[in-house]
Amino acid sequence: MSDRPDFSQMACPMPLTSHDTVQLAHGAGGRLSAELIDRFIVPRFTNPDLDKLEDQAVLDLPPGRVAFSTDTFVVDPIFFPGGDIGDLAINGTVNDVAMAGAVPLYLSVGFVLEEGLPLEDFHRILCSMEAAAARAGVKVVTGDTKVVDRGSCDRIFINTSGVGVVRDGVALSASNLQAGDKVILSGTAADHGMAVMTAREGLSFRTRIASDTAPLHGLVAALLDTCPGLRALRDPTRGGVATTLNEFARSSQVGIRIEHDAVPVRDDVRGACEVLGIDPLYVANEGKLVAVVPADEAAAAVVALRNHEIGREATIIGEVSAAHPGIVSLCTALGTERIVDMPVGEQLPRIC
Amino acid sequence: MKHLDEYRDPALARALLAEIRRTVTRPWTIMEICGGQTHSIMRHGIDQALPPEITLVHGPGCPVCVTPLETIDRALAIAARPGVIFTSFGDMLRVPGSRDDLFRVKSRGGDVRMVYSPLESLKLAREHPDREVVFLAVGFETTAPGNAMALKQAAAEGLTNFSEIVSHVLVPPAMEVILSSPRNQVQGFLAAGHVCSIMGWEEYEPIAEKYGVPIVPTGFEPVDILQGILKTVELLESGEPGVANQYLRVVRAQGNPAARAVVDEVYEVCDRKWRGIGTIPGSGLRIRDELAAYDAEKKFEVTDIKTEEPAVCIAGEILQGLRKPPECPAFGKECTPTSPLGATMVSSEGACAAYHRYQRIGR
Repeated sequence: MSDRPDFSQMACPMPLTSHDTVQLAHGAGGRLSAELIDRFIVPRFTNPDLDKLEDQAVLDLPPGRVAFSTDTFVVDPIFFPGGDIGDLAINGTVNDVAMAGAVPLYLSVGFVLEEGLPLEDFHRILCSMEAAAARAGVKVVTGDTKVVDRGSCDRIFINTSGVGVVRDGVALSASNLQAGDKVILSGTAADHGMAVMTAREGLSFRTRIASDTAPLHGLVAALLDTCPGLRALRDPTRGGVATTLNEFARSSQVGIRIEHDAVPVRDDVRGACEVLGIDPLYVANEGKLVAVVPADEAAAAVVALRNHEIGREATIIGEVSAAHPGIVSLCTALGTERIVDMPVGEQLPRIC
Repeated sequence: MKHLDEYRDPALARALLAEIRRTVTRPWTIMEICGGQTHSIMRHGIDQALPPEITLVHGPGCPVCVTPLETIDRALAIAARPGVIFTSFGDMLRVPGSRDDLFRVKSRGGDVRMVYSPLESLKLAREHPDREVVFLAVGFETTAPGNAMALKQAAAEGLTNFSEIVSHVLVPPAMEVILSSPRNQVQGFLAAGHVCSIMGWEEYEPIAEKYGVPIVPTGFEPVDILQGILKTVELLESGEPGVANQYLRVVRAQGNPAARAVVDEVYEVCDRKWRGIGTIPGSGLRIRDELAAYDAEKKFEVTDIKTEEPAVCIAGEILQGLRKPPECPAFGKECTPTSPLGATMVSSEGACAAYHRYQRIGR
């Protein structure tokens, strides 16, 4: 993570303003609303489509099928090692669009702000959104801001929606898996979830675990370039790798078998998981993808991912089989086999 | 993590399995007491790797499983009160009472919070002097010292807005219930390593002698468990029952005297009802009378609660090692982790939940 620029520390001076915190009037459509939009929001995302400040953006899309996705971000805490709710909100929707094999192009952003949110915090979040959008090569073209009474939400919630254009001839789906296919994970599991978890108040130990939040469209492009037979992609966010694999197994009615030590987990993440009694297979990621590819394309796919900055630890974690359809199993160190089930209940609330 | 990896070393585990195969000459039934061990056995597929002579049955050592429904219902009633901050370890939040669970109480406006330590609850009590902070103290001997320490500290600080619902249970009386049952099949025990880290293993010696069974305090990693099984089998095969400590890196003969002293100072032994098993004399801990001001069940008068368990559920027999989860007609059908009928499906450490989670492939 250290080779990534830390955008949160970049100088991005806060605009002058008459208030230190968000007021109800900032969402009322009057002078303060205009100040918030003109001085805080628009300068961060400025582009011809947004700068018109119409009620909608009218876009010219390149030819092809359009991928469209939406996601809402309520993570607590709003700032955590490796990121904040801002870059999470940009990357999250960029990644959901990208998982269709699409190039993400345009985003909308909706803010729900709690009265009393320090404007300095809001500004910091906007700066990291600006950096994340620039990194992902997407434009924020329309948006909305609401302010609610203190106590009616927790500081800031962000919705982002995004569109992208699917590469010609690509039709990825969780229902495409076939026996013999290989399952690839693009890097270490559980970084985001454990970063948020250990940053949360109440835990009596500190770690250097950082979120892996990152845009994945570059990895997707690399896979599409090398794997004509690519079956399915998904970013294993809430519920982690185990949940994504279960979704794949059920949609395709195939079995998936993973090796016990095949899923890479950083030592400090594994340690934190052990202490908290959490299985890293079930912990959220925000900068990883699971790809299923035909066996004869797997080696090339891993190489393609590893050539990419955020895919250096990509590896094959398992295989698709015709046995026990709908079930994910794990081959233990003793050579026995056990189930990797869907998680029950909410393991880590407000992780993204 | 290197330290932990040693106890998951596949080569070492395979060598122990080979040694167990060489040692065993006839069928033996061994019970692992602790739900944490059951979970580990399932997670690492240890039961499948053992020679067919060895049958593992799963013991009552899952505190969430054996907490009586009445206690949970009382906790829910207290948690629902305005002005109360109700705190608990995470695994109790999902446990259904007769009609509700703590998550549902929370969704209706109850202030229910998950904590990792009772000392966090104490901190909440200091920060919110206008609120009543209640901690649900459930567990075996392992968690008793921490829970007792929180109460002791509250008393020392004169905090009047902190109290505990105490439903602690003790292992040795439950082992005696299992061993004295006419239907008992258990011939040897893996004792719960963490319990023994507090209590030591001397209290198991009279049980081993009285019932002629080997008792081996055992850890939770695959190599620990295989070593524990090997020691138990060696004792069974030699016909010389007794206590042998596998968990040498943690367990001492006297346990942790300082921790035991705190428990004795704050709690006293009492009769306790175990969910699925019934009342076992001298098998629980309760708050001493002189600290009654910190007893939530006395502080918040909750009217008598009567509860009933579903008739189909065989959790009681499973907790005593008499039957295994797949023998239950409701297992995986009416009864799943999302809609559990009985105690052993509720907690992730419960035997039914462990089977459901790890072992439904072609079985």
